[in-house]
Amino acid sequence: MRRSGPGCYEVALSAENRELLRTLPGQLRAAVAANPKDAAFRRLFPPAYANDQAAEQEYRRLVGPELDQSRALAFDTLANTADATELSEEELDSWVRALNDIRLWLGTLLDVREDQTDDDPEDPPHLLYHLLTEIQGLAVEALLGDE
Amino acid sequence: MASAAPVEVKEPERSEMTDLARPWKVIVWNDPVNLMSYVTFVLQKLFGYSKEKAHKLMMDVHTKGKAVVSGGSRERSELDVFRLHEHGLWATMEQDS
Repeated sequence: MRRSGPGCYEVALSAENRELLRTLPGQLRAAVAANPKDAAFRRLFPPAYANDQAAEQEYRRLVGPELDQSRALAFDTLANTADATELSEEELDSWVRALNDIRLWLGTLLDVREDQTDDDPEDPPHLLYHLLTEIQGLAVEALLGDE
Repeated sequence: MASAAPVEVKEPERSEMTDLARPWKVIVWNDPVNLMSYVTFVLQKLFGYSKEKAHKLMMDVHTKGKAVVSGGSRERSELDVFRLHEHGLWATMEQDS
C-alpha cells in the first residue's frame, strides 16, 4: 500500500485477502450484536473510568451509541471498499480502525501475548491474525507517509 | 494559612473544592494486540503531536505499560478518552492525586 497522490492511496491485495476484508466486518458485527457482553469483545469496550462505576455507566450511556456508530461506519467502509485498488485517506483511515477492531477480537480469542516467540502456532486463526496485522501495518505506514 | 477562626463560618467542604480543581489525566494502556505504529499514528492524528513525541509516548506505553497522553478538565479528558476509544485504544482517565 502506498500513497499515490494527495489524499490518494494505492492498494494491492490478493482476491483471497480482499474476500476476507469483505466478510470479516459483518461477521464481527453480527457476533457483537448477538452477545455484546461476551468476553471475546472485552477489548472493544474499554472503560473510561477504571475505579468509578457510576461515572463509567454515565460515560457508556452518553457515548456508547456514538462509538457503536463510528465502529459500524468503519466496518461498512472496509467491507464496501475491500475490492478497491485506490482509497481516499478517509477510507484508509476506516480500514486501519476496522482492522484494529477485528484484530482486538481475534487477539482476545487467541490470547495473543506480548512475549510471543516464533513458535507461534500456524493454524488458520493465527495465520489470519498475522495476515490482518500485516495489512493493518501496511495501511498505517501508508498513512504515516514519507516523514 | 490562618489558624482556627474566632467565628464559625460555613464554608464549602475543603475536599470538594480541591476535587473540582484537580486536573484529570488521560492514560493509554499497553495492549499486545496494538501495533506500535498504529498507536503512534493515533497519537499524532488525535493530538497533533510531532512524530518524535508520539513515538516517545508510544514507547512509554510499550515499555512501562502505560503513559499519560493528555489531560486537563474533566470534559476535555472525557472527549480525549472517547476519541481514543473510537480508535480502539485502551484509555482511561483519572484525577491527579
